[in-house]
Amino acid sequence: MSATQKMIALHGGLLGLLFVLQFLLPAYHHGNLARVMVLASYAIGYNIMFGYTGLLSLGHALFFAAGMYGMGLAVNLGGVAPAPALIAGVLAGVVVSAALGLLALRTAGVAFMIVTLMFAQAGYLAVLYFGAYTRGDEGFVIQQAQRIMWGIDLSDPANRYFAAYALFAICLLLSLWVVQRPFGRVLVAIRENEERARMLGYDVFRHKLGAVVLSGTISAAAGAAYGLLFGYVGASFASVQYSIFPLLWVLLGGAGTVLGPFIGTLFMFYLIDLSSGLTSAYMLIAGVALVVLTLFAPQGLAGELRSRIWRWLP
Amino acid sequence: MTMLLSTRGMTRYFAGLRAVHGVDFDLPEGQIRALIGPNGAGKTTFVSMLCGRIPPSEGMISFGGRDISRLPAHKRINLGMAYTFQITSVFARLSVAENVALAARRKVQGADAVARAVQGALDKVGLGDRPDQNAGDLSYGHQRLLEIAMGLVQEPRLLILDEPTQGLADSEIDAFKALIRDLSKSATILLIEHNMSVVMETADFVTVLNFGEILAEGTPQEIHADAAVQAAYLGTG
Amino acid sequence: MDLGPYILLATLEGSVTAAVLALTAIGLSLVFGVMRVVNVAHGEFFMLGAVLAWWVAHMVGAHPALGFAAALVVAPVLVGLVAVAADMTVLKRVDYDPERTIVATIGMLYIIQQITLMTYGPDARPVEPPFNSRLAIPWFEYSENGFQMYWPWGLSTTSYKLAVIAAAAVVLVGVWLLMARTKIGLLMRATQLDREMALAFGIPVERVYAIVFGIGAGLAALAAVLIVPIQQAHYLMGGDPLLLSFIVVIIGGLGSLPGTVIAAVLIGLSDGIISVFFSPTLAKILATLLVALVLVFRPEGLFGVKSR
Repeated sequence: MSATQKMIALHGGLLGLLFVLQFLLPAYHHGNLARVMVLASYAIGYNIMFGYTGLLSLGHALFFAAGMYGMGLAVNLGGVAPAPALIAGVLAGVVVSAALGLLALRTAGVAFMIVTLMFAQAGYLAVLYFGAYTRGDEGFVIQQAQRIMWGIDLSDPANRYFAAYALFAICLLLSLWVVQRPFGRVLVAIRENEERARMLGYDVFRHKLGAVVLSGTISAAAGAAYGLLFGYVGASFASVQYSIFPLLWVLLGGAGTVLGPFIGTLFMFYLIDLSSGLTSAYMLIAGVALVVLTLFAPQGLAGELRSRIWRWLP
Repeated sequence: MTMLLSTRGMTRYFAGLRAVHGVDFDLPEGQIRALIGPNGAGKTTFVSMLCGRIPPSEGMISFGGRDISRLPAHKRINLGMAYTFQITSVFARLSVAENVALAARRKVQGADAVARAVQGALDKVGLGDRPDQNAGDLSYGHQRLLEIAMGLVQEPRLLILDEPTQGLADSEIDAFKALIRDLSKSATILLIEHNMSVVMETADFVTVLNFGEILAEGTPQEIHADAAVQAAYLGTG
Repeated sequence: MDLGPYILLATLEGSVTAAVLALTAIGLSLVFGVMRVVNVAHGEFFMLGAVLAWWVAHMVGAHPALGFAAALVVAPVLVGLVAVAADMTVLKRVDYDPERTIVATIGMLYIIQQITLMTYGPDARPVEPPFNSRLAIPWFEYSENGFQMYWPWGLSTTSYKLAVIAAAAVVLVGVWLLMARTKIGLLMRATQLDREMALAFGIPVERVYAIVFGIGAGLAALAAVLIVPIQQAHYLMGGDPLLLSFIVVIIGGLGSLPGTVIAAVLIGLSDGIISVFFSPTLAKILATLLVALVLVFRPEGLFGVKSR
């Protein structure tokens, strides 16, 4: 098989497996996997910036929350139907990520990380401050009646799984397509050696901005879908923790690989799920994982796989 | 003679130190020009200002009759300049072919056309047999050749080569001389070079920088005979 | 109460905040300045200091002053040792790469915080101050009888709060003396200026880094011990000092010690005074936005000088 055929077989195989699993899994894992697919879409968005462009953001919760609140407030305050509300969420992501990119991309390295962290923190605090609309920490529930899109009840587990699956498939294929395109190749070039990319005639700033907006938009779509599918919008999704999570997932799965975000999200979700049954200090797992990964496997699972066995892995 | 590139009063200070001062430089279309000078004469600073890596403190640059003093680097490159780095600066974790393809995609569209251009450029520099190797795994000399391939695949009007033969073996240098002569059919070449045999055998004209200023200009033979140049190099001036 | 006494009170409270903040931030600034490491776990070292202070005071159990005095010594030293161990086992091994150290210190943040949750628990616990007499403060008023002195209700501070301010000032002078007058200070400054050169001159850079990381964490812990009689020890208390220290260090100019102290005083005081007029959440929003914008448009800090 050529590299392209292997690539199609692998990613197609994963999507096929996930499709079949919805008929086989017991209810508990069925629900979990739906959640994992939406969160993995968030991680895919994060990976575009961190994995492929080399921009380490500590503020992605801002985008996730922009999508979630863009959707949630449209439904809750505007009484909008789910489909346009989802679009409102995605558009909120476009606007917020473009604004953040224009400002934050004037910095680099550590300063970029802190700037994204600070903007996200300001966003989180803004959610608390405008508690009259957002209901602050407590958040708000999106009622079942408001979650019927085109006659499909998204609170029904089977429909929910399918919607999450659709979102994940779109995000996965989109990222696979982008990283094969010249645009994606330039992002990798910028990650590897920004000055060299500039001296080949590429407008580095515009490419980075494109990466931030694409990444922010996918993250926002995941946030909007999460709120709609699971019926809850709350400030904790805007907190630092939700900026750290995608970093952790992507690091664990393998930054700069198309499958890495899914693998990392799946592993970490179940690790935390299992340990939260044992202790309330389940974030300890996340902390240990971050340190261990930084020390021993900076390339993550899929990254190690690529450097050892499958060199063609995109 | 039409000038492809001209500078007037190019000056650059670093923390009060004068790296380049008042350089008026004219490069006619089609020429192979060598830029020589002792270490620290300001050669790399000067060409870095030409292609926009470093902003000049003062002075203006025109390229193809157009004032480019205010243009950012990537726009100058898109006007037809190509720059190869002195310290090899290939994308170490990408394949040889992808390195060249990144340079080629500025000029040609479509996967097939890019692949053809890449293979052509690699063949020219003699790396055609190893497109899939990681660039970082190449020997130093081969990385320099890859840099040159990345420069020539852009089909530039002006190719700036910053010490391209540094670290090359003698046999590779001979091949490089032939390559330069071949390239000069389609491009103007500005060559920073320490190896005098390369300068003498390839350059049409030579500019000597010393302490950031032009010390002498002339044909290779004239420069070879110039007492001031010899003094600068030997440090007895 | 009139506005005047109100603002005086806010200034006093703000000075306590500023004093503690200056200590915490100077630790962060030292670590960034010398090691170029952004320590996201800094707030957790602060929290650990507070929790250990409660633990030591609880163990000693005798007169509050005795327990507090013991905590003042034991907590910063223990936290410093934890930090040295973290530096040697983790940071050194990722070769102080800026991005990887940030990720690693985020990991440390959760490890320290969650282990504290597992052992110390989710409760907030107080430490008794060693002394705590209330000091009323007079105010002057102009009326038809000329200036009059009176004692507005609520306008008071405590001897302990004044002692915190004094202690912080003493420690800051100590840090300055350490940096300016001692051999280890000289080594730190040399390493800060040029790591490669320091290595070439045989300075044990790795040991200097470990010591700096330990001192930085110890200063945060010391600040926490000082504040814990006023504000209880809790496993989530590290977030605010971390955020505020970031703000201070960035506004003061990354790695600049005098800038950091000036910024701490400014932020600490304005935090107290602003919260008289605005909600604390709004004040925090404005402060975080200010930091982000300072980094974007004036990365050398508000008090820094451009390097070029």
